[in-house]
Amino acid sequence: MSIKNSNRSKLFYTGLAWLISTAIFFPILWTFLTSFKTEAEAISAPPSLFFFDWTLENYREVMERSPYFRHFWNSVVISVGSSLLGLLIAVPAAWSMAFNSTKRTKNILMWMLSTKMLPPVGVLIPIYLLFRDLGLLDSLTGLVVIMTLINLPIMTWMLYTYFKEIPGEILEASRMDGATIGEEILYVLAPIALPGIASTLLLNIILAWNEAFWTLILTAAKAAPLTAFIASYSSPEGLFYAKLSAASTLAIAPIIILGWFSQKQLVRGLSFGAVK
Amino acid sequence: MATNNSRALARAMLSPAVILLLIWMVVPLVMTIYFSFLDYNLFMPGEHDFIGLLNYEFFLTDPAFVDSFFNTIILVVGVLFITLVGGTGLAILLDQAIYGRNFVRIMVLAPFFVMPTVSALVWKNMFMNPVNGLFAYFATSLGFEPIDFLSQMPLTSIIIIVSWQWLPFASLILLTAIQSLDREQLEAAELDGAGKFSRFRFMVLPHLSRAMTAVVLIETIFLLSIFAEILVTTAGGPGNASTNISYLIYSQSLLEFDVGMGSAGGLVAVIIANIVAIFLMRMIGKNIEG
Repeated sequence: MSIKNSNRSKLFYTGLAWLISTAIFFPILWTFLTSFKTEAEAISAPPSLFFFDWTLENYREVMERSPYFRHFWNSVVISVGSSLLGLLIAVPAAWSMAFNSTKRTKNILMWMLSTKMLPPVGVLIPIYLLFRDLGLLDSLTGLVVIMTLINLPIMTWMLYTYFKEIPGEILEASRMDGATIGEEILYVLAPIALPGIASTLLLNIILAWNEAFWTLILTAAKAAPLTAFIASYSSPEGLFYAKLSAASTLAIAPIIILGWFSQKQLVRGLSFGAVK
Repeated sequence: MATNNSRALARAMLSPAVILLLIWMVVPLVMTIYFSFLDYNLFMPGEHDFIGLLNYEFFLTDPAFVDSFFNTIILVVGVLFITLVGGTGLAILLDQAIYGRNFVRIMVLAPFFVMPTVSALVWKNMFMNPVNGLFAYFATSLGFEPIDFLSQMPLTSIIIIVSWQWLPFASLILLTAIQSLDREQLEAAELDGAGKFSRFRFMVLPHLSRAMTAVVLIETIFLLSIFAEILVTTAGGPGNASTNISYLIYSQSLLEFDVGMGSAGGLVAVIIANIVAIFLMRMIGKNIEG
């Protein structure tokens, strides 16, 4: 009786969960499917879910009409570049706070977090004017610098929570065994710290890939990443749903796939270690 | 000696990050404050007169500011409410024994990785469009008049779009937190006759408070400065119906080239964010230790 009952409730919850999750996922699925339709089919009523003539025409046109790969490459440079540069600064900082924590460490961490709360519009004009005067508007260098700075607090926090879990005794033991600082870092610390660093890198690439304030304001054509490229579709001319879908699919596919691999890191990184 | 050495090393490792963040915080902010006292329009070259607090007076008494202030609050509170309630519900559901849980979780999480410009344009055109959108199709086939979402209820529409983006995040964090709940305690409570509701109210909910704090903190940081979703859907309109503070300042400074007024507005935004931050930091200080 009770087994039968729990089976029934399992089926019920499964059905409910699949229904809701499909509804949540539906806009993405719909975009994906529409990208393979002709423009006429994309707005046909009744809409067809799967049964239409699949075509790759939209992808061909999107790539032909706009330099899609350049925008893609810009996104890669901005997100990966800023994340690597950020690591270079955040790893030593987090390391030092995790292993040489003083009374001030907690305050410094909180202060770093508070810089994240500075609204971008508060510094919009100075940054815009500085970029204009330095010739950094619409340049990848400028965006990499900005993206590094805005993600630095999250990177430092995230690395800090990882490093904090490395037992300090390991260091002492290796020192007792006569390891030099170089050996200590290379053979003892790097292997333990690497997973945390990789997770931080992954999460920050995702965040930078999707950042849509500075990338929209500071770029025009040359350095525009995918966020800005898609924004150019906001004023439609004629039939364009299928092409919008194709462009959107191209813009989000790589990061959704990366994202699925980073579920756990995401929780930990974005909750500042509060939830693991 | 050795400790002095290592202390110096620790400081040297920490300082680049601290100095960079300090510069990033202080330099532009000081410039914003300076500009906010000037009569400075990019269209009018030449002298920028010092006009005291006039920019602030204009900005704060502009009806657009009052509108955008309340729009910002409605947007933040609305999305927080939807994602916290929906996220808790989803987290509890996904915590049940269900078939294909990993796949379900992947589907729920996906919208978080969609860039804001894509999700806003997809919702605007393919769902909310009053002629060709899916919602319009369902409305007409059921015999209703289709709703023109973005002109009839622009702010609500933006809340829907943004909630769709943030619901996955809230669900995932809360699910992770629920999964760390002590099952034996729950079972013991059940044996002692605690009902479903009281188990939720007195055991699950308190356990989730830390995770909820994290969700509120992170979401508020991002929601206070929503920009792209408004830019590509309504451009703040109709009128100021969907203008938030970020968008208002953007349009004043970069569309109307009023550097002085934009700076004054930017500073007001900073002050508002600081007030919110003080509350949040208190919350987080209690709930999250370094």
